[in-house]
Amino acid sequence: MFAERPQYILLPVRVSTIFLSFVAAMLLDFLPWKNMALVPDFVALILAFWCVRQPRLVGLGVGWLAGLVMDAGNGVLLGQHALAYSLLAFAAISLSRRILWFPWLLQAMHVAILLVGAKALEVLVRLATGAQFPGWTLLVGPLIGAALWPVVSFILLAPQRRAVEVDETRPI
Amino acid sequence: MEHSPPAFFKRGPAPFVRLVFFASLSIALLVLDARFKYAETLRGFIALAAYPMQQIATAPGQFAARISGFFASQATLQRENTELRAKVVGSAQDAQRYEATAAELAQLRRVIGAQERSEYKSTPVEVLYSGRDPFSRKLLVDKGSADGILAGQAVIDEAGVVGQVTRVHPRVAEVTLLTDKDQAIPVQVMRNGLRAVAFGSGSPGALELRYMAANAEIQNGDKLVTSGIDGTYPPGLPVATVVRIERDAVAAFARIICQPAGGDEKNRYLLALSTETKLPAYPVDAVQPEPKAKGVKGKRRKDPPNAG
Repeated sequence: MFAERPQYILLPVRVSTIFLSFVAAMLLDFLPWKNMALVPDFVALILAFWCVRQPRLVGLGVGWLAGLVMDAGNGVLLGQHALAYSLLAFAAISLSRRILWFPWLLQAMHVAILLVGAKALEVLVRLATGAQFPGWTLLVGPLIGAALWPVVSFILLAPQRRAVEVDETRPI
Repeated sequence: MEHSPPAFFKRGPAPFVRLVFFASLSIALLVLDARFKYAETLRGFIALAAYPMQQIATAPGQFAARISGFFASQATLQRENTELRAKVVGSAQDAQRYEATAAELAQLRRVIGAQERSEYKSTPVEVLYSGRDPFSRKLLVDKGSADGILAGQAVIDEAGVVGQVTRVHPRVAEVTLLTDKDQAIPVQVMRNGLRAVAFGSGSPGALELRYMAANAEIQNGDKLVTSGIDGTYPPGLPVATVVRIERDAVAAFARIICQPAGGDEKNRYLLALSTETKLPAYPVDAVQPEPKAKGVKGKRRKDPPNAG
């Protein structure tokens, strides 16, 4: 019932696109933000995107490695992001057959649950190691991340929407 | 026994198996890091991968700051210059008095045979960005082990102690603020010399003096300075001011809230102090081994409690 939108036939994805998107997400995450709680975890969002779109290329291993880099880069417990991203990748791969049939709003709601779940796992890990609960504003970041889902999808699918053969008379 | 048809495509282990594998790997790392602190070398290696991205991410902000500094108006510069000059004159008086007092103190200490106080080496550092972990209160500064920064150094600003260097990378170092929940600093009440330990409260702008008796001689407005008996922080640096005391007859300890003197939120330039403590070696021979005492328990009981 949702499948009435035009369905594009996409070019196969390039590994370099995936790699560069992860680097860009890490750059965005490492920016000196004023209030970290309100900033979405871009790496988690990109990971969810590629796990949904390319579950055979990007999966738990990529998520785990990205999580380790995030752990070391942020100076937090080693394994905290890695655990959360592994679970996020698993959930995203499990949902990958289902999620793309929905319109953008419902896709974003699926992603919201994934991102909030990953953040909740991080909070649980930190609480278990004796940290203090930093407040419910933590939830805002994942929700903003989910709201960015259509934008991120549009940007990351753009390289695959090009024409197969270069046509001089066409703008793109 | 059920047989499933062979798969059309080879896809490796099932996602759930992979999840169990990676989750247990993560949990093993977490335990190693949180409980035993064994993962520091591994962390150093992985941090190298994140380092270029951190540099690129902080570059625009630093570039913008440099540009705006270049275009600072002449009026601003002149005003700042006048203010600074007035400040220098004011502090010159203090500095002269300090030199005289320091010489006098050194002489007095020699007279009574006390250990002379050592000089501190200081390294100016610039805050790159505040910590990204919402669970702790940390800063990252632009000098690391390559510039002689050591873990454990005290970090101050012009008003007082801000925190302590807790982790050193080659080019950057991590400073844990005094207000972090796990940070503690030995202090002394300036008015009467009462010793205490100030703990971070986890929220900005508040420290807590824990384990102080309900009738401890402490008042609102008391200034706390570092006591220096831990050998890590130099003595006499301003730490905090007592702002609230709750004495409850039910509780054994008073609840004492202090406001840190150093601005942990606002300063861009800080100073890392290193102390070369010239304390004599801990007297091992002073404790005569008793013939009856055996095992670790007996030995441990005789050791005097650690100061600080």
